[in-house]
Amino acid sequence: MSTLLLDHIDKYYGKTKAVDHLYLDVKEGELVTLLGPSGCGKTTTLRCVSGFLRPDKGDIYIGKRKVTDIPPEKRGIGLVFQNYALWPHMTVFQNLAFGLQLKKFQKKDIEQKVGEALATVKLEGMEERYPRQLSGGQQQRVALARALVLEPDILLLDEPLSNLDALLREQMRFEIAELQKRYGITTIYVTHDQTEAMVISDRIVVLNNGKIMQEGSPVDIYSKPANKFVAGFMGTTSFIEGSVQGNLGKYVQLQTNDGLFIYGIGEGFKEGDRASVVVRPENIGIIEKSSVSHEEDAKNIFKVSVLRASYVGEVIDYKFKVKNTILRAKGDAKRPLRSGDTVTVYLNPDELPIIRSD
Amino acid sequence: MINRRVLKVTGEIVLLIVSFLFLFGPMVSLFLWSIAEQWYWPSPLPQRVGLDYWKQALGLQKSFAIGAVSIVPAFFLSLTIALITVVVCMAIAIPAGYALAKYKIPFGGIILFLFLMPKAFPQQPVFVNLLQSFTRLRLAGSIPGVILVHILVGLVFGVWITNATFKSIPPELEEAARSVGANGFKTFLRITLPLAAPGLFSSAVFVFITSLDEFTGTFFIGLPFVHTLPLTLYSSSGYNMQFASVIAIILLIPSIFFMVLIQRILKAEYVGGMGG
Ligand SMILES: Nc1ncnc2c1ncn2[C@@H]1O[C@H](COP(=O)(O)OP(=O)(O)OP(=O)(O)O)[C@@H](O)[C@H]1O
Ligand SMILES: [Mg+2]
Repeated sequence: MSTLLLDHIDKYYGKTKAVDHLYLDVKEGELVTLLGPSGCGKTTTLRCVSGFLRPDKGDIYIGKRKVTDIPPEKRGIGLVFQNYALWPHMTVFQNLAFGLQLKKFQKKDIEQKVGEALATVKLEGMEERYPRQLSGGQQQRVALARALVLEPDILLLDEPLSNLDALLREQMRFEIAELQKRYGITTIYVTHDQTEAMVISDRIVVLNNGKIMQEGSPVDIYSKPANKFVAGFMGTTSFIEGSVQGNLGKYVQLQTNDGLFIYGIGEGFKEGDRASVVVRPENIGIIEKSSVSHEEDAKNIFKVSVLRASYVGEVIDYKFKVKNTILRAKGDAKRPLRSGDTVTVYLNPDELPIIRSD
Repeated sequence: MINRRVLKVTGEIVLLIVSFLFLFGPMVSLFLWSIAEQWYWPSPLPQRVGLDYWKQALGLQKSFAIGAVSIVPAFFLSLTIALITVVVCMAIAIPAGYALAKYKIPFGGIILFLFLMPKAFPQQPVFVNLLQSFTRLRLAGSIPGVILVHILVGLVFGVWITNATFKSIPPELEEAARSVGANGFKTFLRITLPLAAPGLFSSAVFVFITSLDEFTGTFFIGLPFVHTLPLTLYSSSGYNMQFASVIAIILLIPSIFFMVLIQRILKAEYVGGMGG
C-alpha cells in the first residue's frame, strides 16, 4: 500500500503527444479510473507508471520513492492485462508461484499464499490446470490472483474486463472493486466504459488527447460535468445551446437561437455568455399526452414531437424534437408513445447542469 | 447427377494416386535401386536383390564395384559440419532474431533482408565470387571454409524463423514477468525461451538439414579436398546407381526423422494456448 504521484508527465511518440502535462495524485488505497476514448493516452500513462515507458518530462513517485528511472521489476507493481497474459507453458499454480519464487519464499509459504490467493478469486482446486483449460473469466481471475499474491504497492489494470461478455463483465466489476478494497491496494484502473468507471471508482479521471478533462467522484463527474466532452462521454447526452439571459436565484436562464427559454444550474455565468444545457434521458419527465395544456411560460415545460421510438426491453428510447433541438429520452414501455405523437415534457432545472460552450 | 459425382470421386482418386506417386515413387525407386544387385533393362523389377551395396557403402564389406566408395567418412564429415553449423548459426540467430523482433533497431527490416541475400541470387555466381575471396583468405578447399559457407546459407533460415518465433510471443507475457519481479534476463530464460523453444528447435532443424544437403556452395568452396555426403553422392551417381541410392536414402533419413519430430513438437500442448 502506497501513494502514487504522477508529477506533470509528458510522453511523446515521435511527434504525437500521447500524454500531456498530466498530474495525478493517488491516495493510499484509492481506486482511480482513467476514463476516455480510444487513443486518449490511458495505456501510455499506465505504462509510464509500470515502467515500460519512460516519460519524456516529469517524474513518478511511488510513496516517497522516485521511480522514474527504476526498472519495472523493482517498482512493486501488479499488472492485469486485457488479454490476461497468463504464461501458457505454466499451470495456474506455477503462474502464481513464479513471482513468489523470485522473491525467495519458502516452498511451504508459496503453497499457502497461492492457495489463499486462488481462494479469494474463487478458483480453489484449479492449481494444476493450464491457462488454455480455463474460460476467459477464469483466466482473468487467475491474472488478478497473480497480481495480488505478491501484495504489490500499486495495482494497475488495463481494460481487464473488455474481453469478457456483458454479464460476466458486470459481475467481475464488483468482484474487482471488492478485492481492491479488501486488500486496500492503491489502484489505477483503465477503461473506456463509463458505466464500469462509475461502478468501480473512488475517483474518475476523464482524459482526452492526453490531457485531464476533469477529475472527481463518479457523482460529480456525472452531475457536474466540466465541459461538453465530459458530459458527452458519460452516457447518452443531449445538449441545448443558447446564450445566457440572466441568473434567477441559483438558476441560469438560457435562450436558444430559435427562441426557447430554459433554466438550469450553473455558476459564474453572465449575460450574453454562450452555454449549453446538459440533458440526460432520465432528466426528461414525460407528462401524459392527454393532459391539458400548461401555462406557456411555465419553467422548463415543452411541447415536443416524437421523432423515433425504439424498444430496448423495459424502457423505450425516444428521440424528441423541440423546435430545432433533438432530445434523447427514455419512457415506460407500459405507456408507449408513437412517432408522430406530440407530448409535453418537463425538465427539472435542478438536474440540468449548464456548461460553457467552447 | 450421378455421373458428375462419379467423375468427381474418380478425379479425386486419380489426384491422390498421382500425388502419392510423386511423393513416394522416387523413394520406392531409390529403395529398389539400393538393393538391386542385378537389374537389366527393360525388366520392371531387379533380377537379384540383396544388401551387398549397403554393406559396401557402410564399409562392412570390401568393395570392387566401379564407383564404389565407403560413405562412412563422408557421413561423419557431413554430420560434424552440420552440427557445428547449427551451433554457430543458432548462437547468431537467437540473439539476432530476438533483437530484431523485440527492439526498435534502425534499419531492422534491411538487416533482416540482408540475411536473405545468399538465397536471393542465382547460387553459382554467388559462390564463384565467394570462392575468389575464400582463396585469398586461404579458406578454399578447407573444412572451415565449407562450414563458413554452410553458416551463411543456414543463417537465412536461422534468423528468419527465430525472428518470426520471437515476434509471435505477445509482449504482455514478458511484461507480466517483469511486473512480478523478473529482470530482463530471467524473463528471457523463464518465459521467452520456453515459449520460443518449438520455433527455435524447428529453426535449428532447418539449418541442420540445409547443411546436410548443401551442395552448390560445398562444391565450389570445398573441392577438391572436402567430400561431404552430397558431393560423394554426386560423384558416384554417374557410375553406380546403387551407391547413389544408398547415399540418397541416408541423406533422407535425418530429414524425415526431424520433420516428424517438428510435427510432434509443433503439436505440443501449450503451443495451442498461445496468444489466446
Ligand atoms: N507504440 C506507439 N507508437 C506510436 N504511437 C503510439 C504508440 N502507442 C500509442 N500511440 C499513440 O498514442 C496515443 C495514445 O495511445 P494509447 O495506447 O495510450 O491510447 P489508449 O487510451 O490506451 O487507447 P485504447 O482505449 O484504444 O487502448 C494514440 O494516439 C496512439 O495512436
Ligand atoms: Mg489502451
